[in-house]
Amino acid sequence: MANIMIRRSDNGSLSFYLPKKDLEDDIVSLEFDTPERWGGELVLKDGSRWYFDPLETQPRLPITVKAKRVGGEDD
Amino acid sequence: MAALTREETEALIQEVLEVYPEKAKKDRTKHLAVNDHEANAKKCITSNRKSLPGVMTIRGCAYAGSKGVVWGPIKDMIHISHGPVGCGQYSRAGRRNYYVGVTGINAFGEMNFTSDFQERDIVFGGDKKLAKLIDEIEELFPLNKGISVQSECPIGLIGDDIEAVSKKATAKFGKTVVPVRCEGFRGVSQSLGHHIANDAIRDWVIGNRDAKEFASTPYDVAIIGDYNIGGDAWSSRILLEEMGLRVVAQWSGDGTLAEMENTPKVKLNLLHCYRSMNYISRHMEEKYGIPWVEYNFFGPTKVEESLRKIATYFDDTIKEGAERVIAKYKAMMDAVIAKYRPRLEGKKVMLYVGGLRPRHVIGAYEDLGMEVVGTGYEFAHNDDYERTVKEMGNATLLYDDVTGFEFEEFVKKVKPDLVGSGIKEKFIFQKMGIPFRQMHSWDYSGPYHGYDGFAIFARDMDMTLNNPCWKTQTPPWKKNDDAAPLAAAA
Repeated sequence: MANIMIRRSDNGSLSFYLPKKDLEDDIVSLEFDTPERWGGELVLKDGSRWYFDPLETQPRLPITVKAKRVGGEDD
Repeated sequence: MAALTREETEALIQEVLEVYPEKAKKDRTKHLAVNDHEANAKKCITSNRKSLPGVMTIRGCAYAGSKGVVWGPIKDMIHISHGPVGCGQYSRAGRRNYYVGVTGINAFGEMNFTSDFQERDIVFGGDKKLAKLIDEIEELFPLNKGISVQSECPIGLIGDDIEAVSKKATAKFGKTVVPVRCEGFRGVSQSLGHHIANDAIRDWVIGNRDAKEFASTPYDVAIIGDYNIGGDAWSSRILLEEMGLRVVAQWSGDGTLAEMENTPKVKLNLLHCYRSMNYISRHMEEKYGIPWVEYNFFGPTKVEESLRKIATYFDDTIKEGAERVIAKYKAMMDAVIAKYRPRLEGKKVMLYVGGLRPRHVIGAYEDLGMEVVGTGYEFAHNDDYERTVKEMGNATLLYDDVTGFEFEEFVKKVKPDLVGSGIKEKFIFQKMGIPFRQMHSWDYSGPYHGYDGFAIFARDMDMTLNNPCWKTQTPPWKKNDDAAPLAAAA
């Protein structure tokens, strides 16, 4: 589990930031992106996948959540 | 000589790596790369790793990042170098963070405050000494607005509780006293020191005025990550003010504690040094909803781009203001370029600096018709290289945490006309006959930011590159006979 920050980047897409690794990348897809349910599994541009528990509302961005890596080595 | 092709550059890296033992070679390979616009920066170069023992690199420590870079320039606070005397004394006033104020009265930037640890303090702990030191500071320098305790290595090793001392002092004097856990051994370079310093600001400073009234305007901005080296922040600030923005805070060059506390009230954070201050900008974005934008004030092309980018966050008056500023300085910039470009056109530059400069100054060199053929960071992370790859030409050299040996070999082979790095590299390259500029301290010149800065930048580059001394490096007895009468006649 690691703290990640999700923000809206300049080009309008969601951006993923992992402070511990200074990893900053665009989010290509997010499992749930509706007003009632937001979160789940996300895929980054570099192909790695992360998961965080879906929230019940659309949060105000940026937001810090606890996420874990899906597949590949656990961080 | 034309720029190297991709294959030549790759061969050069291999050739330079040849001298290392197998293990070191394997490690260093990951830190050297040929720039490729298509490739993913994460895959092409590794950064922010521990330097190899046995090679000379040019990194600092966490204390250098916190005391030297982030906290040090805040002029109305006293920054105690807590620990033995050397760390503070040998870094004192070295970065030329200019400020307005009377040193020793209401500004303390050039002074060194230290607890001067002795064996006794290591054995019995230094907390009492720190408390006494803070009392003395209050008595001798009553106009200080706050104190920060910058830990040197022993503090972490012996486990002193500087937080408790700081809290007590805060209660006693009613001033902000910030303990910073920036012991030098933390992290692989000064970069973690920046992060720790940012976190200390977040925990001890940012929220201090949340409940207080603030007369804000829709055009409030903060300059973040400009350390006012040689007056850089001032030459940036006037442009922002001319376009109609109100600069509420400067971080941290010529900055004050009050400015930092007021920063959460601004509408937009302008981030110059991404590496050292992105943490606090991200924090303010999350907690206060303040957007941040990276900008680059090196060279007219980038200044223009940045002013327009900043203006997009505001209404039409600011957008018009940006155009007005750009138009106002256009003639001046054209004159500078007309004067210096013919003298500098086509020259090649290799850079090796830290922070933001390895990518930010590329635009300024290009405005002068020069080409940056190699660049590298002392302490960058992956996100810096991602930003750099786009700025650099294809097939140019990238070197992360370069060693003294590698850098010398690269310069010998690539043969740039100018090298831009720090004091430790300066004399090596000058003795090799290569013009050199210090890009950490602007070679005691500056400012280089903004339009006024570019005029100085162009002059300095010309002054260095076209200096007649480079032609007289061969002693008379080594010159061949044919050349001698000519030299005498001239």
